[in-house]
Amino acid sequence: MKPGHGEVLLAEGDRRVRADEELLIEEFRRQLDEGMWAAVPTERPGSGRREAQMVRDYGEIPPEAQRVIFFPRASGG
Amino acid sequence: MLALLTTALVVTALAVFVLGSRLVARLAARRRGAGAGAAPPAFDPGRERRAEQRARELLRSCVNEVEWAMYRDLGFIRLDGRSLPDAPGSDGAQAPYAYLIYPHKPIVAYVPATGRLLSEYCVNFPDVSGGGRTRLPASDDVLAKWMALTSDEARVIGRANMHLVGRQHDPGHVRRDIWRLSEWERLRAGKVGARAA
Repeated sequence: MKPGHGEVLLAEGDRRVRADEELLIEEFRRQLDEGMWAAVPTERPGSGRREAQMVRDYGEIPPEAQRVIFFPRASGG
Repeated sequence: MLALLTTALVVTALAVFVLGSRLVARLAARRRGAGAGAAPPAFDPGRERRAEQRARELLRSCVNEVEWAMYRDLGFIRLDGRSLPDAPGSDGAQAPYAYLIYPHKPIVAYVPATGRLLSEYCVNFPDVSGGGRTRLPASDDVLAKWMALTSDEARVIGRANMHLVGRQHDPGHVRRDIWRLSEWERLRAGKVGARAA
């Protein structure tokens, strides 16, 4: 464990604003290039069941998503 | 409205939690600078505790209320099996197996109806920015497993090293956890029933 870690906000912005979206796309790609997985926490309508949706491309991020969480890829331990 | 249209990119296993887009570029650059060659910072219990607290808040914001209460009270989360292509129940019925997600320990698969232990799946989420020498805070590790299992169960199970329960977990301890879980659910159901009455 790298001491003192936890989550950090890498970027935030309004996807309708071009400059913001460019920043988000750049950071999204950088994270994936560095070997991270990206997931969007979601809640299934009706059941209320919470789950995550893995996204492999910026275009796969649901329009209603408020955040994308990057985490290291799984490997066998 | 603006909040709904704002997307935040959050990454686990980094050094600081900062709000404010103006700081993003500097933070990202600092993170890249702390690459594989950089020595891990010295152990700081206070920083570790704060990181774990942030990780718990992130976990709480992602899982449902029952899962959060389970983790808070018992130290692990049970997750129903989902979508392995050859799994019974993948047609929409509840799968007959479930997982126990522990921090920094293998995921345990078992049969809730009988309590039979199936296997343990050893999976890590190495901190790529630390050259693999470091690991996530405990609650981030649980969240990573939860996200991986709920989004792509087959992929994470496929990457894990599978063993019979007993390689890293004490089977007796796991059975006690399953019993604790059943008691916890029984008490919780009683409380919910009492509130409803």
